[in-house]
Amino acid sequence: MRRFQPNEEGYYGLFGGAYIPEMLFPNIEELRLRYQAIVGDAEFQREFETLLRHYVGRPTPLYQATRLSEVHRATIYLKREDLCHTGAHKVNNTIGQILLARRLGKSKIIAETGAGQHGVATATVCALMGLECTIYMGQLDMERQRPNVERMKILGATVVPATSGNMTLKDATNEAMRHWINHPRDTHYIIGSVVGPHPYPDMVARFQSVISQEIRAQLTEQQGNPFPDYVVACVGGGSNAAGAFYHFLDEPHVHLIGAEAAGHGVESGESAATTALGRPGVLHGSKTLLMQTPDGQVIEPYSISAGLDYPGIGPLHAHLFESGRGQFLNATDEEAMKAGIELARLEGIIPAIETAHALAVLHQLEFSPDDVVVVNLSGRGDKDLETYIRWGRY
Amino acid sequence: MNNRLSQLFGQKKRNVLSIFFTAGFPSVNDTGGIARALEKAGADLIEIGIPFSDPIADGPVIQQSSKQALDQGMNLKLLLEQVKQLRSGVTLPVVLMGYINPILQYGIGNFCRDARAAGVDGVILPDLPLRDFNEHATLFHDNDLSVIMLVTPATSDERIRLIDQTSSGFLYAVSASSTTGARVGFTAEQEDYFRRLAGLGLRNPVLVGFGISNAATFQSACRYGAGAIVGSAFVSMLGNSTNLEDDITTFVKSIRSVS
Ligand SMILES: Cc1ncc(COP(=O)(O)O)c(C=O)c1O
Repeated sequence: MRRFQPNEEGYYGLFGGAYIPEMLFPNIEELRLRYQAIVGDAEFQREFETLLRHYVGRPTPLYQATRLSEVHRATIYLKREDLCHTGAHKVNNTIGQILLARRLGKSKIIAETGAGQHGVATATVCALMGLECTIYMGQLDMERQRPNVERMKILGATVVPATSGNMTLKDATNEAMRHWINHPRDTHYIIGSVVGPHPYPDMVARFQSVISQEIRAQLTEQQGNPFPDYVVACVGGGSNAAGAFYHFLDEPHVHLIGAEAAGHGVESGESAATTALGRPGVLHGSKTLLMQTPDGQVIEPYSISAGLDYPGIGPLHAHLFESGRGQFLNATDEEAMKAGIELARLEGIIPAIETAHALAVLHQLEFSPDDVVVVNLSGRGDKDLETYIRWGRY
Repeated sequence: MNNRLSQLFGQKKRNVLSIFFTAGFPSVNDTGGIARALEKAGADLIEIGIPFSDPIADGPVIQQSSKQALDQGMNLKLLLEQVKQLRSGVTLPVVLMGYINPILQYGIGNFCRDARAAGVDGVILPDLPLRDFNEHATLFHDNDLSVIMLVTPATSDERIRLIDQTSSGFLYAVSASSTTGARVGFTAEQEDYFRRLAGLGLRNPVLVGFGISNAATFQSACRYGAGAIVGSAFVSMLGNSTNLEDDITTFVKSIRSVS
C-alpha cells in the first residue's frame, strides 16, 4: 500500500529527499514536522473542502467526450480541471497551501510560475486571504503568457521577472528559493508542482489528489465501476498528473500515462522530455530525473508550453518511471498544437497547450474498443490564445 | 586528520582570512594564478567555488561569475587538474565549495579520491543533507578531506552542536539568513549570534562568512571567532580587474588594514 508514498525523509524509492542549504532548514523542518497534522486536522479539511466546493467550483465534471472517443475508438472521459476557478488545476494546491500558511503564521507569500497559471492561482488565494503576494516569473514566460501577468497584477500581486538562464520556469524557481532564503521568517513559499524538497511533493500531491478522488466517484456513478483502464495527464513538474494518478497508484490494472513535452523533438536539443533525456540528479531540493550535462550542469529545456518547460519532474514521477508503474510518452510542439485544435473542433473546448500534450499522446496509444480512458484536462486555453494565433494553422 | 587545515588552525587562532572565488573566473585558466597571488598577498585559506548552473544560495555576483565560468567551459574535472597544478607553488589549505549535483555526477567516491590526489584539504557542500553526508562520511574521512558545514542565525543550539560534531576543519557561520553577497556592516542581532556561537564551546574553529566585504566587517567578524571569509566582494573585484596580481595584493591588504 505504501509503495508510492514517500518515507519519513521524503523518498519515493531512490528519489526525493530534501537537498537544501542550512539557511532553509528551519522552514523545511517546520513544514516536515507539521504538515501532516495541520492537513489532517478536521477543521482544516472542512475549510479546504468548503473552499474547493464553493470557491473553486468542485467537483469538476467528468465529461464523456463522444466525438473524441470516436476518433480514438475507446471511451474517453475528460476530467474538467479547466473549469476550476482561474482556469486550471493549480488552484487546488494554492487553496491548500494558503490555509497551511495561515496556520504557520506566515504573512507573506511567494511563488514561481511558468505558464502563469500557478501564479494566478496563488495571487487569487492571496487576494482571498489578504496576504502579500510576490510571484517570480521568467522574462520569456512573461512575454508568452502576457494575459496571465496582467491577471496577477489585477489581483494585487507583484510580478518579478527572472532574468537568469533561459528566463523560464527553472529560473523563476531559483529566484523564488533565493527570496525565501532571504526572508525565511514571515514568508511561505507556495511551490506550484510536486517538486522541491520534502515535504512539498507529498503536500502538493495530497492537495491535488481530489482530482482522482472525484474521478473514482464519478466513474462509479457513470459506469458503475471506479476504475478506468487509462489515466492520461501532462507532466511539467507533475502536479496535475499526481492528482489524477493518486487514488489509482495502488491499482496496477489502471495504466498511468504521463505526457511530457518533446519540444522540437526528443533528439533535437530543444526538448523538455525529462524521462527520455534525464539522469538522476539534484535540482531545487530533491533528487529526481534531471536533464543535465555529463558535468552535472542543468540543461535548459525547451517547449512551446511554458508550463512544461522544466528540466526535471517530481520525485514521485521519477519513481513511477523507474519502477515501471507509470508510462511516460512525449509529444512535440507540433503534435500538441494539432491535438489542441482537434479538441476545439471535436468537443468545443480549447485546452491549455500543456494539456494538449496529454491529448496528443492518445494518438500513440493502442486502445481496445471497451477501454475507458480518463484524460485530465488540466487547464483551458484562454491564456494561450497568442500562441495559438501565432501558430496559425486552424 | 592532519591536513593543511588542521595545521593552519593549530597555529593560528585569530584573524584567519579565507578568500572565496569561483573557479574559471574571470578566465577559465585564472584559477591557479589567483590562488598563487592570494598566497603571496597573505591570505590564510583559499576556497574555490565549483560553478553550477543553478546556484540557489548565491546572490547576483557569484551567480554571474558561475555563469561566465561555465560558458567558458569550466567543469569539475578541469578544476581538479587546476588544483593539482597550483599545488606546485601554493601551500595554503584549499577548500572546494559547491552544489552537490556536479559531484554526484562525478561520483562521490571518485571525487574524494581525485580531490585528495589533487591536494584539496576540505569541501563545503551546502545542499548535501546531513543524512546523506553520514552515508558517505567514510569516503571523505578516508581521503583526509575535511567536511565543513554551515550554521546560520536560525540554527538551534542543539543543531549547531550536532553539525559541529559532524564537521571537521572549521565551522562556516553564515552571518545572516541570506544568499551570498557583500554587505557594509552587521546588525546588533548578528553580533548576538556571533557571541552565542562563541559561547557554545564548539570543537571546531568558527569562520564567519556571507557579507564580509571590507576591513570593518572583517574585524567585527574576527572579534568572535577564528576569522572570516570574503567572497562576493573579492569576486566583484576580480570581475573588474585589469591586473589580477596587483589588485589581489591591494584587496587583501585593504581587508587586513587596521582602522
Ligand atoms: C494547464 C496546465 N497544465 C499543466 C501544467 C504543468 O504543471 P504540472 O505538471 O505540475 O501539472 C501547467 C503549469 O503551468 C498548467 O498551467
